[in-house]
Amino acid sequence: MIMTVVIVIMLGASLIFGAVTGQIAQVSQATVSGAKEAVQLLLNICGTICLWSGLLEIMNRSGLAAKIAKLLRPVIKLLFGKYAQDEEACRYIGQNMASNLLGLGSAATPSGLKAAKRLNQLSKQRGESPHAVFLLIIINTASLQLLPTTIAAVRAAEGSAAPYDILPAVWLSSIVSVLVGVTAAKLMRGKK
Amino acid sequence: MTNYIVPALMLVIVLYGALKKVDVFGAFSDGIKEGLKVCKGIFPAILVMLTAVSMLRASGVIDIITNLAAPICNWLGIPEECLPLALLRPFTGGGALSIGSEIIKNNGPDSLTGRIAAVMLGASETSFYTIAVYSAYLGIKNTRYTLGAALSADAAAFIMSGIAVRLLM
Repeated sequence: MIMTVVIVIMLGASLIFGAVTGQIAQVSQATVSGAKEAVQLLLNICGTICLWSGLLEIMNRSGLAAKIAKLLRPVIKLLFGKYAQDEEACRYIGQNMASNLLGLGSAATPSGLKAAKRLNQLSKQRGESPHAVFLLIIINTASLQLLPTTIAAVRAAEGSAAPYDILPAVWLSSIVSVLVGVTAAKLMRGKK
Repeated sequence: MTNYIVPALMLVIVLYGALKKVDVFGAFSDGIKEGLKVCKGIFPAILVMLTAVSMLRASGVIDIITNLAAPICNWLGIPEECLPLALLRPFTGGGALSIGSEIIKNNGPDSLTGRIAAVMLGASETSFYTIAVYSAYLGIKNTRYTLGAALSADAAAFIMSGIAVRLLM
């Protein structure tokens, strides 16, 4: 639904402002060039997305992904407290975080949903509000990425000298973003 | 230094797979096929959004918004060209990627603006979409403070990307 609103606003604003600024010819022309650029963009990033899906599959089958998920246990304990004592929840949260770290959002969703379902069950059993579920969602919206491969692909296609040189800056911004999200959740939860 | 990270990581992944007697090429191929499905899945969003963004830019409305917001952006240390990216980001991943790649193309991938746009994209997520997927799956109607916290995290990522690029690069 929200996407419908976004699209209507974008197209409506294009038509109205194009008419007002007298650039409606350019707006009309953009409908063709925009669609063409979309194919170009997909070509730019498709190979990299496939490459990293392939590498992730190797990591899944060799058990490396599970190992990374296990390494994340202390972080999960810190964030989720008593909910981290549940083996199943902990495993799914670990998988979800590991996929997010590798910049594979689409691979993170299935494990994230399983983790959310389990956390929801646990909070119902305890008769508590699903704060742990909210926390998991917030961590997923904050996107802690180690390897922003798609963006690196876009930079490479535009001729960047070192497409991955943004890594340290992405890490710093991601970490601050997650910390702000978690802190904001704690503060807003405390008010009620 | 950053030039070593990706090739080294690839080697580690492949070597670990080989040591664990995984059919590395088979796993690689299956994963790549999955990747193609992902590309197919995101194409509609990219096409719709890039077309809409191109039309918006041609209409001049993006220039009007960025000029109006320039003082605030400058105060925050964010190039005003990146504002449309920040505004679109919580709603649509495809839209943000579209507008981000436009900024990177227009300003150059190694320019300050191009880099800040890239870091913004890397450090944030499509908050509305993510919250919608999870709450719909669980049947939770009231997510209370979740949206507020998620948007604070996005805002922090945008402001930090300006600081981090200047600090680290």
